[in-house]
Amino acid sequence: MARYYRPDTLAEALAIRAEKVITVLAGGTDIVPARTARAGWGDMSRTDILDVSRLQELRGIDETADGYRFGALTTWTELRRAALPAAFAGWQAAAKDVGGRQVQNRGTIAGNLCTASPAGDGIPCLLSLDAAVELTSAGGVRTVPVGDFVTGYRTTALRADELVTAVVVPRPAEGAVGAFAKLGARRYLVISIAMAAGVIAVGEDGRIRSAALAVGACSARAQRLLRLEAALVGVPAGAAVSAVEPELLDELTPIDDIRASGDYRRAAALTLVRDIVGGLAGDGERRVA
Amino acid sequence: MADGAQTPKDIVSIALTVNGAARTVAVDPFQSLATALRDGLGLIGTKVGCDAGDCGACTVILDGEQVCACLVSAAQADGAAVETVEGAGPDGITDRLRRAFLEHGAAQCGICTPGMLMAATDVLAREPGAGREAVEDALGGVLCRCTGYVKILDAVMSVAGEVDASKGVGGPPSRTMTAWGGESDGGREDRCVGGPPSRTMTAWDVESDGGRADKGVGGPPSRTMTARVEDGDGGRVARDEGDGGFLSVGRRIARLDGWGKVAGTEVFGADAAPAEALWVRVLRSPYARATFAIGDLESVRSRVPGLEAIVTARDVPGENSFGIFPTTKDQPVFADGHVRFRGEAIAALVGTKEAVESVSDADLPIAWTVLPPLTGVEAALAAEAPALHAGSPGNVLTRGYLKRGDAETGHQGAAATAEGRFETAFVEHAYIEPEAGFAEPVGDRMEVSACTQAPYMDLEETARVLGVAHDKVRIRPTACGGGFGGKLDASIQPILAVAAHATGRPVRIVYSRAESMASTTKRHPAKIRARYSADADGRFMAFDMDGDFNTGAYASWGPTVANRVPVHATGPYRVPHVTARTRAVYTNETPSGAFRGFGVPQAAIAHETLIDDLAEKLGLDRWEIRRRNAIGTGDETATGQRLASAGLPQCLDALKPEWEAGLARAAEWNRGEGRVRRGVGIACMWYGCGNTSLPNPSTMRITLSRDGRLTFHNGAVDIGQGSTTVLTQIAAEALGVPAEAFRLVVGDTDLTADAGKTSASRQTLVSGNAARLAGEALRKGVLSLANAGPEARISIAEGVLTIADGEATRRIEISSLPADEAGVVLAGEGTWDPPTSPLDAEGQGVPYASYGFAAQMAEVAVDTALGTVKVLAIHAAHDVGRAINPTLTEGQIHGGIAQGLGLALMEEFIPGRTENLHDYLIPTVGDMPEMTIHLIEDPEPVGPFGAKGVGEPALVATAPAILSAIRHATGARMTRVPVLPHRLWEALQEGGR
Ligand SMILES: Cc1cc2nc3c(=O)[nH]c(=O)nc-3n(C[C@@H](O)[C@H](O)[C@H](O)COP(=O)(O)OP(=O)(O)OC[C@H]3O[C@@H](n4cnc5c(N)ncnc54)[C@H](O)[C@@H]3O)c2cc1C
Ligand code: FES
Ligand code: FES
Repeated sequence: MARYYRPDTLAEALAIRAEKVITVLAGGTDIVPARTARAGWGDMSRTDILDVSRLQELRGIDETADGYRFGALTTWTELRRAALPAAFAGWQAAAKDVGGRQVQNRGTIAGNLCTASPAGDGIPCLLSLDAAVELTSAGGVRTVPVGDFVTGYRTTALRADELVTAVVVPRPAEGAVGAFAKLGARRYLVISIAMAAGVIAVGEDGRIRSAALAVGACSARAQRLLRLEAALVGVPAGAAVSAVEPELLDELTPIDDIRASGDYRRAAALTLVRDIVGGLAGDGERRVA
Repeated sequence: MADGAQTPKDIVSIALTVNGAARTVAVDPFQSLATALRDGLGLIGTKVGCDAGDCGACTVILDGEQVCACLVSAAQADGAAVETVEGAGPDGITDRLRRAFLEHGAAQCGICTPGMLMAATDVLAREPGAGREAVEDALGGVLCRCTGYVKILDAVMSVAGEVDASKGVGGPPSRTMTAWGGESDGGREDRCVGGPPSRTMTAWDVESDGGRADKGVGGPPSRTMTARVEDGDGGRVARDEGDGGFLSVGRRIARLDGWGKVAGTEVFGADAAPAEALWVRVLRSPYARATFAIGDLESVRSRVPGLEAIVTARDVPGENSFGIFPTTKDQPVFADGHVRFRGEAIAALVGTKEAVESVSDADLPIAWTVLPPLTGVEAALAAEAPALHAGSPGNVLTRGYLKRGDAETGHQGAAATAEGRFETAFVEHAYIEPEAGFAEPVGDRMEVSACTQAPYMDLEETARVLGVAHDKVRIRPTACGGGFGGKLDASIQPILAVAAHATGRPVRIVYSRAESMASTTKRHPAKIRARYSADADGRFMAFDMDGDFNTGAYASWGPTVANRVPVHATGPYRVPHVTARTRAVYTNETPSGAFRGFGVPQAAIAHETLIDDLAEKLGLDRWEIRRRNAIGTGDETATGQRLASAGLPQCLDALKPEWEAGLARAAEWNRGEGRVRRGVGIACMWYGCGNTSLPNPSTMRITLSRDGRLTFHNGAVDIGQGSTTVLTQIAAEALGVPAEAFRLVVGDTDLTADAGKTSASRQTLVSGNAARLAGEALRKGVLSLANAGPEARISIAEGVLTIADGEATRRIEISSLPADEAGVVLAGEGTWDPPTSPLDAEGQGVPYASYGFAAQMAEVAVDTALGTVKVLAIHAAHDVGRAINPTLTEGQIHGGIAQGLGLALMEEFIPGRTENLHDYLIPTVGDMPEMTIHLIEDPEPVGPFGAKGVGEPALVATAPAILSAIRHATGARMTRVPVLPHRLWEALQEGGR
């Protein structure tokens, strides 16, 4: 018979996690709809639940020596409201458009990562921030870059005895600014057809000093665009958009589904990336000017 | 709550504060907060539309932030403070919003209203003077399918103290003057000044009709309402100018059934059932076409405590079939060994809630043999396709045909001809209330209480399935949380009746969103080929079309679609030569039924696109070509009917200034080089109100009883469109008393006569006439008591009937009048059936007594790189004959426009793929264009006080107007809807644009 655990401390939670295979529940905004979908077609089964929502250790946004630490239970709303450097603007913009306010008030950044949907809006943002996931088990803590944590279509490197305890982001480069662009078929409550995130710093010389760009929903998991990033470094901000050549996005392997065709996704990703690069470079140019 | 683990059957106790009061409730920690509130605390104001975070109907405020109560586990609410619609809200904000919603007509069906109120409370508590964008962001998570969000935003902004009318979604509607005050001429300002409305609203008591209150079972849906005017401020609902001195007609009174909707006390299908009712969970086929054998169910049943029965086709006591027409009852209640679509019911578990939710489908001994399904009409029409129904070789359910003149000759003599092929998708009604209700054996009768659009048809279907006489069934409709055609067909009613019959116990059901979407009807996908010709002046010469409509696995309303489309196929224009052929085709897909427009919206996409083609070929303006051909009063339709009221020319004329301005705006914008291009489009529509050439009478009754109560017995169910209010206004006008004077008894088959279905935009016209006749009959009776002349004034107060005729005034003690056994001293009854005639073999005749007309204009912005379309504005001009209640009429148009926008841009139901509101997208508050509405009142001679229907006309023109605008913006001629971004992008690539 299924059991429901709601411990008060991380230690208790990790002990339960070590003991059995159990579904971790945070905001429930992915888990509950999935359960409803199963029940809708007659699968009434229940799994054991480990509700982590009471673990204070998983809450809070802190500035650390090397950057920022976001507790796993940080909600989209908490992220949106937080005072953070401009490099986080993309992730914060994504937070504003995940679902509606109700979902933002419950859904957590760690839950989004663990679901590892190709359309998870947080993932490309975290890739562009060079973020890592802090994974804790009874045996200890390890930190895995987001790009390694998300291993494929809805799969992650999370071990059955671990919990995500935090998302850590290294201190962004001087002058780095972030942006996010989401494409959906309606204004609110919409799963992305494609989305792009970027963090770009423009130097005193008006040239791009660093660029980190990622695209979601255009491959089994969100992808950093490493070739494009390399090509952008050193480019004058004003010429950045024209440097975004289609072949520099060939990490993407978009597919056809009910929301869009693969060809369209590829073209849309290019447009979104150009929009982001253009916006950020222009922004950077204005800052240094 | 204790720490550590609980087993699910271990009910635990959680302590929370609800609306300021400390409560403890016993819960299963897995269940949702929504369930805890509804089942545990009886707070039924919190609605459940999807159990997945997608609709927002369950929105409550948890520790100061809005959340979906369906996503929060009950355990997580332990120790929290929860605000629900039942509370006044922080600083009384919810109460203020409630009044504003009622005043603005922001609640139609009302199922989204609690969620909207809480989302709005959330933003205004945080930011009392919130601007429009903040409000939209806050409401973005709550879906409304009825209102187009316009009046909801108006209401919230009025409380937010937003005074700048120019920021409204639409400007002031052209006809409508004041909402509540008579003194302001500004249209909106008067209701937008900050703070609560200065006048007390009218409140309405929901009062039991006595039949059930004594049982104390959480009161089913007594749909009896007593009007109580809280203050006698006669100026509160001032008459608009120029309405010919009507007393009630034309007034913007608040919905008579509105208070419960804004208070959260309205009883919808899932909100009440006898306490001892068993639950029903239906097992459905996961396959589109298959045979199956059911093994030993008894062994499963006996293993599961609390599982009382598993019912199947064998347990159906009468006929195991239902369907709209006597000749098309082809859908089984439970499939008997053979399923024809994914989602078809094969059995039902009946037992305690825990029991039916503990058994998975896979636990039951069902052996499936999967067969290849026929998907799409081509597959079904293929020569080698198996016949899905014995009586329909070739899988053609019905054909429709219309012939006038000689289309071939007409085309040959034309200066320009346009041809095209068009395709539309399955569209889901997406009412926010999934089907729900209960059945209860009462003596030797079966009572079914459920949300429905058609109580008398439910009665017939239920009696047939039970194998009993009609008088052995009573249907007691609950409030209906949206219908749009989807709650016309029987769905849960026969299942409930069979389960109640099998167990002898009351039984209840609440469809999940998935089963509601998978098993109930859809809009017919259409494939249309059509050709339109015009002479050199742009005058239409000929039109011909062939249309195939995918009716899915069962007939439902397929015949109606096949017959209605040819009549409307040309659009509302004068066309001398017409041929139209339609087929409704069976496939192994979800049954298609009735959905706002019955095929006419699909056909409108074809004819309007072709008309744009003709305009292009002939170098004519798109407005101009429509104006030249617009059908008008006295013109003949393609069925040979001469129209007595046709206000289309006036509708087009009303849009002309906006058309010119819109073209100029777009041209100005497009002078820039950006990738966003703007365009303007236009489309016209017509719609015959009532059933096509079939009798569809309605009967209404008004009684005056010895105790002085005036009661309106109205069998027309109000699915949010406002018939309860509109019909009462009509009855009041005819009788000569205020609408508030009535006690209302709505839609109970024991207490009201058959008013027909709430469909085909017929209630205002057909039931409206019945209400008028009932009012006139009672008036005659009253006047004859005093020998008074026709101009006499009647009033009823405190048991006294006063009849003032000129100088003379008679006062009659009502209790002194002779009464019948029911205590009725005077009654007026009215029956009306629209005068139509059958269509002959060539589709000639008078199919409808009245037609509604509209022209709509769309302004769009298209991002040509992404293929996304933002509809900036819709300007709508509708000939409604007479707006009995302009607020409600506007509300219908707003909601229709929103649905038309969804049809054009985002809605596509794919069985097995989009069976939830996550993947099936309907417009949110952020997708709404500005809307301006022109109400054209070209009085309908046969209509009550000149009125005709508007429910369906609202939707038809929107999609073609948007397509026209997209084409104007980009050159892309889109012939398939929805125009998803990738489809438009692909068209732009092909066009080299
Ligand atoms: C209506 C609606 C709209 C949405 N729209 C969007 C959208 O636009 N964009 C988007 O990206 N997402 C969207 N989502 C999904 C979304 O809200 C999230 O992905 C959310 O962030 C998940 O967080 P949660 O806390 O609710 O996760 P839960 O549902 O509680 O859990 C999700 C997964 O993460 C695991 N998990 C959670 N926390 C931990 C932890 N600390 N350690 C280990 N495992 C953990 C769970 O076991 C589960 O596998 C939407 C959801 C809904 C219901
Ligand atoms: S019921 Fe909770 S969002 Fe639909
Ligand atoms: S009023 Fe909003 S869904 Fe009906």
